[in-house]
Amino acid sequence: MPSINRSKTKTPMPSQDPKERRKNFNEVALGYTTEDAINEAQRCLNCKKPSCMEGCPVHVKIPNFIKHIAEGDFEGAIKVIKETNSLPAICGRVCPQEEQCEQRCVLAKRGEPVGIGRLERFAADWERNQGIKTPEKTSSRNKKVAIIGSGPAGLTCAGDLAKLGYEVTVFEAFHEPGGVLIYGIPEFRLPKAIVKQEVEFIKKLGVEVKTNMVMGQVLTVDDLLEKEGYDAVFIGTGAGLPKFLNIPGENYLGVYSANEFLTRINLMKAYNFPETDTPVKVGKRVAVVGGGNVAMDAARSALRMGAEEVYIIYRRSEEEMPARKEEVEHAKEEGIIFKFLTNPVRIIGDENGWVKGIECIQMELGEPDASGRRRPVPIKDSEFILDMDTVIIAIGTGPNPLLIKATEGIKLNKYGYIETDENGKTSKEGVWAGGDIVTGAATVILAMGAGKKAAQSIHEYLQNK
Amino acid sequence: MFKILERKDLAPSIKQFVIDAPLVAKKAQPGQFVILRIKEGGERIPLTIADFDREKGTITIVFQEVGKTTKELGTLKAGDYLADFVGPLGEPVDFPNHKKVLGIGGGLGVAPLYPKLKLLKQKGIEVTSIIGARNADLLIMEDEVRAVSDRMFVCTDDGSKGRHGFVTVVLKELLEQGEKFDEIIIIGPPILMKIGAEITKPYGIPTMVSLNPIMVDGTGMCGCCRVTVGGEIKFACVDGPAFDGHKVDFDELIKRLQTYREEEKMALARHEGGSCKCHQ
Repeated sequence: MPSINRSKTKTPMPSQDPKERRKNFNEVALGYTTEDAINEAQRCLNCKKPSCMEGCPVHVKIPNFIKHIAEGDFEGAIKVIKETNSLPAICGRVCPQEEQCEQRCVLAKRGEPVGIGRLERFAADWERNQGIKTPEKTSSRNKKVAIIGSGPAGLTCAGDLAKLGYEVTVFEAFHEPGGVLIYGIPEFRLPKAIVKQEVEFIKKLGVEVKTNMVMGQVLTVDDLLEKEGYDAVFIGTGAGLPKFLNIPGENYLGVYSANEFLTRINLMKAYNFPETDTPVKVGKRVAVVGGGNVAMDAARSALRMGAEEVYIIYRRSEEEMPARKEEVEHAKEEGIIFKFLTNPVRIIGDENGWVKGIECIQMELGEPDASGRRRPVPIKDSEFILDMDTVIIAIGTGPNPLLIKATEGIKLNKYGYIETDENGKTSKEGVWAGGDIVTGAATVILAMGAGKKAAQSIHEYLQNK
Repeated sequence: MFKILERKDLAPSIKQFVIDAPLVAKKAQPGQFVILRIKEGGERIPLTIADFDREKGTITIVFQEVGKTTKELGTLKAGDYLADFVGPLGEPVDFPNHKKVLGIGGGLGVAPLYPKLKLLKQKGIEVTSIIGARNADLLIMEDEVRAVSDRMFVCTDDGSKGRHGFVTVVLKELLEQGEKFDEIIIIGPPILMKIGAEITKPYGIPTMVSLNPIMVDGTGMCGCCRVTVGGEIKFACVDGPAFDGHKVDFDELIKRLQTYREEEKMALARHEGGSCKCHQ
C-alpha cells in the first residue's frame, strides 16, 4: 500500500522563472519529477464515489490512474487515462481543471485539491519519453468516415472511430493539422512537438490527414456523402470570424484580432522573421482587450515578442474573468498589467493611420445579467487615454460561414452555430458536429468531449446502417 | 505538393504559372482566388485565379514580382513544386441579367479581369474591355482579353502602345459619349479602382472592384483582410474579394496595405543580398 500524503497544498509545479520566461517561448510549467508525481498522487484519498470524475467531460477514471502513479506504475496510469482520453498530454496542460475535476475533489473543501491535471500531464509525458507504442489496428469495418477539421474535436473523434475499425479521413484547411492547438495556443503553454506527436499517434491508428482542404469550397458535405463514398461526416471546424468591438478606429494599422496575432506567431512562426517570411508588428506598448485564455495567450506572446508594457483591458472584475486561473497567475508573474472594469470606447490613430492610443471608460458592476455575472456599467465622465502602439482584440469569435453556407439542410441555432442533439447529431442525415462550431468559443476539453460522444453515436449509426 | 506544369513570362517581372490542382480546378469559378505557400516557413499569399481548366485539372495564376515571396516564386520553373495550394476561396461573381458589360484592367489587374470577361462572353453578354499598363512591355494577356471582347481598348501610360494615358481616360470618354452598361468591372491597383469608381458613380452604373488586402489564412479566421464597405467591416476572403466599388473605403485599404512596408523591404533586401548577382 502506498503511504498517504496529508499536505493541504498541491506539490508545487516546477516552472521557469518569470524573469527569464517572459523573454522566451519555451514551456512555462516544466512538469513534475517522478518524486513530485508520486508525492502528489499520495494525496488522493481514492474516494469510493469519486466526484472528480463527474467533472471530466471525457470521464477519465481519475482515482484509478492516480493510484497507479502512487504505486509507481506509470504505464498502468497512462493505460487507464487513454481508455477514455486520446490526448492526455494536451489536456494535462490546457484543461481548466479548477472548474472541472479539481473543483469537485473532496480535498478542495479544506485545502487545495489533488493536482489532477499535473498528474495527467506527468503520465502522458512519461509515456512520451518511453516512446509511444504503435497501437494495434482493429480489423476494418469497411465503412468510411470524414472528419472536417483537425482540432481537438476532430482529432478525438477520428481517434475513437479509428480504434473502432473505421476508415477515417481528416480534412484540414491549413497546411498543418492541429487546429487551435497549432494556430492558437502558444508554444509556451502547449509545445507544438506534443501536438505533432498526438497527430502522429492518430495517423498510426490508420487515420489519413489531408491538409490544404477548405471544406465547403473544395468539397462539400454532400460531395463527401454522395460522391466520395463516406458513410458519415463529423464537422469540427471550430471558431470562425473574429469579433470586433464596433468602436471607432478598429481598422487603424496596428489593430489585430487575437486570431490574426496568434496565427502569425504560432502557425506562421513570425517570431522567427525574417528567417520565416510572415512578419508581425508588436511595438512597445500593447493593449489586449478581453479576459479569456486567448487574451492571456495574446498578451503573453506580445511580451515575448519584445513589447515593453502589455495591458489586459477587461470590462468586468477579476472574479468574472473567464481565463484559466493558472494562466492569469502566470501572466501577472510575468508583469502583464491588468486594467479591470475598463472598457475601450475608441482607438486613436496618428496621421498615417497607425494606432497611437486607446480611450477607455471606467466601469462598475451593476445587477447580474443573463450569464449570472454582474453587468458592468460605465461610470460617467471617467474616460481616460492609454498610449499604445498595438491593440489586440480578444473578445471571441462567431461561426465560420464557409462550410455552413455550402451545407444544405443543416439546421443552425439563432447565433448561427450548428444545432445538434446531445450526441452531436445534426438535422442532416449522416452528419454530426461538435466543438466550437456547435457551442461557440469554448475549451479544448469540451470540444474533445463532443468529438468523443459523436464518435460513439456515429458508431451506433453505422452498425445499424 | 503541387506541380508547376507550365511557366510563361508575360513581361519582365510578370509570370504566369499553370498549376496541377485538380480538386481546386473542379470547383473554381470566376472571381475566386487561391492561397499558396512556396515552402515550409514561407508566407501564405493570395492570388486571383486567372484561368482554370476543369478537364485538365489545372489552375492558372499570374503574379508580379514585387516582394520577397513573389520574387522567389519567379525563380521557379515548370516541373518545380509548391508546398501548398489552397482554394478555391472567396465568393464567385455572377452576372445574372446583364446584356452589356465594361471590363477595365490595369497592370496586373488584367489577370483577374480575364476570367470574368470569359464568363460574360460564354453567357452571350456584350463585352467591352479597356486594358492598360505603364508601358507596352508590361501589358499582359492582350490576346486572351481580345478573344473574349466584342470591343477592346488598349492604353499605356507612356504611349508606347495603344492610347497614350490611363484606362480611366477611355472610361470617361465612353461614359461622356453616353454609352450605357449594366455593370462596370474595374480591377487594378487600389488607386485605379478608387478613381474609376469615382468616375462611374455620377452615372449610377453598378461598379464591381476586386480587392487585394493583406491576408493570412484566407478562410475567414483571422480578420486581417478586413475592409470597410458601406460603413461596415467586411472580410475580403469570405465576403469578397469582389465588392461594390461605390461603397469601398479605398483610402483605408491603401493605408492598411502599407502595414508591413518596412518588413517587406527588409525581407526583400535580405533575399536579394543573398542571391547570385552574376546575371545582373
